[in-house]
Amino acid sequence: MRTITKEMVSEALGAMLPNLAFDLPADIENGLCEAARREESPRASEVLRLLTENARVAHEDRVAICQDTGSVWVCLEAGPDVAIAGDALAGVNDAVAKAYIEGNLRKSIVKDALFDRANTGDNTPAFTEVKLVDEPGARLHVMLKGGGSDNASRVVMLTPGAGKQGIIDALLACVREKAANACPPLIIGVGIGATFDKVAGLAKHALMRPIDEPNPDPQAAALEEELLALVNGTGIGAGALGGATTALAVRVETAPCHIAALPLAINMGCSAMRRGTCEL
Amino acid sequence: MQETIKLTLPLDKGELAKLHAGDACTLTGPMYTLRDAGHIRLLAELAAQGTDELPYGLAGQAIFYAGPTPAAAGRPFGAIGPTTASRMDFAAPRLHRAGVVATIGKGTRSQQVKDACVETGSVYFIAVGGAAAYLAKCVESSTTVAYDDLGTEALRRIDVVDFPVFVGVDTTGADVYEMADGD
Repeated sequence: MRTITKEMVSEALGAMLPNLAFDLPADIENGLCEAARREESPRASEVLRLLTENARVAHEDRVAICQDTGSVWVCLEAGPDVAIAGDALAGVNDAVAKAYIEGNLRKSIVKDALFDRANTGDNTPAFTEVKLVDEPGARLHVMLKGGGSDNASRVVMLTPGAGKQGIIDALLACVREKAANACPPLIIGVGIGATFDKVAGLAKHALMRPIDEPNPDPQAAALEEELLALVNGTGIGAGALGGATTALAVRVETAPCHIAALPLAINMGCSAMRRGTCEL
Repeated sequence: MQETIKLTLPLDKGELAKLHAGDACTLTGPMYTLRDAGHIRLLAELAAQGTDELPYGLAGQAIFYAGPTPAAAGRPFGAIGPTTASRMDFAAPRLHRAGVVATIGKGTRSQQVKDACVETGSVYFIAVGGAAAYLAKCVESSTTVAYDDLGTEALRRIDVVDFPVFVGVDTTGADVYEMADGD
């Protein structure tokens, strides 16, 4: 059985960083361009023009798309045909430090949330997880998550009786309160199910799915479309200055849960959605 | 939408009084970057000195809520853009009363900040979040003024040219986020 080692993970991560900070994913850039073509509001049109021009400048000049180059999230996903060495993630922080220093990226991590808010100086530690899946092979999912959009996120423990309408109401309340702070057009990750701690992870993983790939489950795909239409119906728009495109996509992931529960997590993603996946 | 209004920094309060929420403007001249940790320090310094006299030449100036990346591509910063302004709501009213005439950020402000804009004739400008590579091209120079140990959160004086913003809260307290589309 093939073993995923520390060296394989470090090498793959080093190759992805710092480019993830410089290059907007193609699905997001296409989404912004399509939104710009559709937009009729003058202020939102100007915002979308700046965002697409910004992506060009960042790509050509090898500078960060956004000054907030994020916290680094790394998910090592492994199938049944591979083994994971116990120290497979032990080189992640060294790879992050090297990329953030050599790539002139912003260092945005403090040592402790409450007791020591001194900057660690190299954007470490990264936030890591291992996920075991049925698909063969192994891959590394990486996201550079901005602070402003993460702050606009929330977990709500709904009750089963609230049903779909409860999810719609909670999502629209979050969007109305927080969209302006999260740099719209948004990509909204929605997790439904599991437990209090796991539902936020579902929402984050939902953000990894490209905006041109609906959920393969037809019910979930229909919910994604319904939620997107409702979010864009708010008229909040690009830059929250009014307009047709408050979000480029809503990505939904659902899971089993307790008979008493209907957990909901909303992970706001900004227009600079920096993420990528590399096969190991 | 009317034509872009060209404003020169430091801003003249008479000119600020003519602006309306939603106006598209460009800013040219010096402004100061400061964000979360820097605001905590600045308020602590004001508390320690026991007066509202602003240090570091901040009186009459504009504060840009921003933490840039390091220099890159031959520019002072590779990327610089607005951070969420509401996190600085705890400090903005006091700083406006002490003489800061404008803030630049993204997102909504509290009623207390809007009231302070009305009371002092100050303005909150919105810069486009996520356009930081583009905005960095508007920055000609940067000098660290204080709090160097805070890294990206240091107080910096930067000189900008044709830096694009929208008026978020004007001197009557009107808020662009509460306006209907197209107003």
